[in-house]
Amino acid sequence: MSDGVPGWVAILRGLGPRRIVLRVGAPFIALVIALVITMIVLRAAGVDPFNAMSSMIDYGTTSSSTVEILNRATGYYLSAVAVAIGFRMALFNIGVDGQYRMAAMLSAVLGGAVALPAPFGQILVIVAAMLIGGAWAAIAGVLKVTRGVSEVISTIMLNAIATGLIAYLLNPARLAEVRPGSNNVATTPIPESGRVPGFELAGGTVFGLIVLAVAVGIAFYVVINRTRFGYDLRISGLSPTAARASGVDSRRMVVTTMALSGAAAGLVGMPELLGASYQYSLNFPAGLGFTGIAIALLGRNNPFGIGLAALLFSFLDQSSDVLQLNDVPKEIVLVMQGTVVLTVVIVYELVRRFEIRLQQRAVAADLAAGRTIAQQEPTGGTA
Amino acid sequence: MTTTALAEPVPMRAAPGPEGSRLPRALLFAAVLLALLSLVRVITGADDITSSGTVGASLRLAVPIGLAALGGLWAERSGVVNIGLEGMMILGTWTGAWAGYQWGPWAGVVAGIIGGALGGLLHAVATVTFGVDHIVSGVAINILGLGLTQFLAGLLFDTGAAKALGGGPRQSPPVDAIRTVSLPVLSGGEIFGWRSPDALGWLERRHWLLASDLAGLLRGLTAGMSLLTLLAVALVPITFFVLWRTRFGLRVRSCGESPYAAESLGVSVYRMKYAAVIISGGCAGLAGAFLVTVASPLYQDGQTGGRGYIGLAAMIFGNWRPGGLAAGAMLFGYSDAMNLRSGGESVHALLLFVAILLAGIAVWQWLRARRLAAHPRAADGVVDRRGVRGAYLAGAVAITVAALLLIWYWRSDTVPGELVSFTPHLTTLLVLSLASQRLRMPAADGLIYRRGEER
Repeated sequence: MSDGVPGWVAILRGLGPRRIVLRVGAPFIALVIALVITMIVLRAAGVDPFNAMSSMIDYGTTSSSTVEILNRATGYYLSAVAVAIGFRMALFNIGVDGQYRMAAMLSAVLGGAVALPAPFGQILVIVAAMLIGGAWAAIAGVLKVTRGVSEVISTIMLNAIATGLIAYLLNPARLAEVRPGSNNVATTPIPESGRVPGFELAGGTVFGLIVLAVAVGIAFYVVINRTRFGYDLRISGLSPTAARASGVDSRRMVVTTMALSGAAAGLVGMPELLGASYQYSLNFPAGLGFTGIAIALLGRNNPFGIGLAALLFSFLDQSSDVLQLNDVPKEIVLVMQGTVVLTVVIVYELVRRFEIRLQQRAVAADLAAGRTIAQQEPTGGTA
Repeated sequence: MTTTALAEPVPMRAAPGPEGSRLPRALLFAAVLLALLSLVRVITGADDITSSGTVGASLRLAVPIGLAALGGLWAERSGVVNIGLEGMMILGTWTGAWAGYQWGPWAGVVAGIIGGALGGLLHAVATVTFGVDHIVSGVAINILGLGLTQFLAGLLFDTGAAKALGGGPRQSPPVDAIRTVSLPVLSGGEIFGWRSPDALGWLERRHWLLASDLAGLLRGLTAGMSLLTLLAVALVPITFFVLWRTRFGLRVRSCGESPYAAESLGVSVYRMKYAAVIISGGCAGLAGAFLVTVASPLYQDGQTGGRGYIGLAAMIFGNWRPGGLAAGAMLFGYSDAMNLRSGGESVHALLLFVAILLAGIAVWQWLRARRLAAHPRAADGVVDRRGVRGAYLAGAVAITVAALLLIWYWRSDTVPGELVSFTPHLTTLLVLSLASQRLRMPAADGLIYRRGEER
């Protein structure tokens, strides 16, 4: 890289054509396998799979569906980034679901109670959501480092506790009010000045905070790949012993990473809260945290890959509505999403093994030809 | 995870021996807890905290958790983490109900086991053959199990004969219940059609200190027991026997402790792991079948309610041992029963119970700190200041929380239902944070094994 070659060119050169094909090809192979399995399931259920797929594509590409897909993908993206922050340190934050609902509910109450001029109201709500999400996630981090409780179990339990607490607080006697004319219970609506306007498109309004999601993606990329903290985080995930040897305080890293992951999770509900519903009610979207896990896996914890995966999942969700009309239960989408996750991780693992074998063969060939390893061309970074 | 040395002056316990050696201590502990519960009941008048109805409900709710925990035990003893228990349990509810409404509840039980075992097989293929991260595979199976059952329910329960019998997109037609039995003479069971007296029930209704509580406990465990409950309870000692007293069990456990050593001794590690994970799925499926044949008479969407995860927690709480996980399952079953039987009032009474327990823990930590300060460590003759500080801190936290709970107890009459709803989860969290550091999981648990690739 010292001879004036741009970084990305060097990376591509280091990867070599075969590895690029493998990198990009693997998710596609996995998607195709998942698609085939889903079609077999549909066929077995007595539905014409090609007909179902084409009607899904037709419906999913209308202009109103496009807007809906973008909006849904915004939440998915933030949720998956939150999960990916933990994954990068080998921490499983399964509690994104509880974290974002706690954050959205309490910050909605705050936004409804305080009226501030234009940018401050929004900033207040967003920052509060990040703090609440971060604090809720940090409980799991603290329990892990002080008491050795697996974060997988503790975040799942915290999800259930968050559900109960929200049900308790979202009560006319406490933080919410009954909407006349319906049996919905909701927090006080956020005033006009505290809302975030969207972008008007042909098919509807796209959340203004889609910009925030993009910014979070960029920040995620920069922090992970370009900072000392990101380096410590990645190395803690790849090799805890190496991290300890290089002076990383692993306990502090666990709590910080969980808190950061929770802060990102706190943002998940914001596009919806500040861009469409303006209140937290009984029908505020739930379950985004679990979808985020699948999306983070599909996107290989990479901000760009996660973006594509979020769009794909959002497309599947939206376009599956049309299946209902053809008497096909739309839950087939969950089957497809679960299959995608499983095939993706299996294909990645097989590709990884294949790469290792290729490398071994290359080294063996070099050694047989009498060259030493020091003379070899650079082979680029590892996974 | 944290390996802070537990430098206590208490002598190290002998190598983990058979369950029997710890039984007297466990029984004494249980007796003290029961006495305390009885006292709290008499003080508060919340009779339901030890009534036979509550105990019976606890057992009914503990069985699915305990079966899931047994599933977790099988998988993790072979070195495979199984977070997909929830998904396998969901598969078990669906297959159980599908077969159950057509061919009777016992067919449902068999189908449930098969459904769960298929989920286990998938997990084994992903983790053992393809070496996928265990938690990732488990999460995928949870998504898949949920999606597949919802899809199939919409497809098969919402049409034709099933719909006519009461099925729908979110539920199955009803399944006949499995026969229940009661112990004669003591709990009012029938002998050849003659209704025998219900001695324990009579004693329980007197509300005497201790005697009535004991009667309630025994009656809860002996009256109206489903045959499947009996079977599930029997699986705990059976699992212990198979895993710790047979050649097959030794091989499974050796794969969880040191697969490469097992491999060098000629054990087929892949085959053992496959067997264990499939059995694990079968246990989870049985838990699902229990839900549709005993706990409620049909399949419903969202019926498992995270019990697979709680089962995993019960197994960790039980230190990866059958006896311990049964105790853990009973604890969670009991806290879950609070949702059914005058929950607000009972949980309110339990606030007092927990406050007293915490005060006891505070006293114990205080004594421990003084003992630590007085006796230098044997290894290097230095007083363990960190340990002393930690013990004082733990005691202070315990007494503060106890005081807060007492204030809550005095200032209110009941605990709101929404808060009661997460009692089992909160209990899980608290119990794990109190217990986690003394636990030891199988040494190679969660590690990916590849034949012949020891590093």
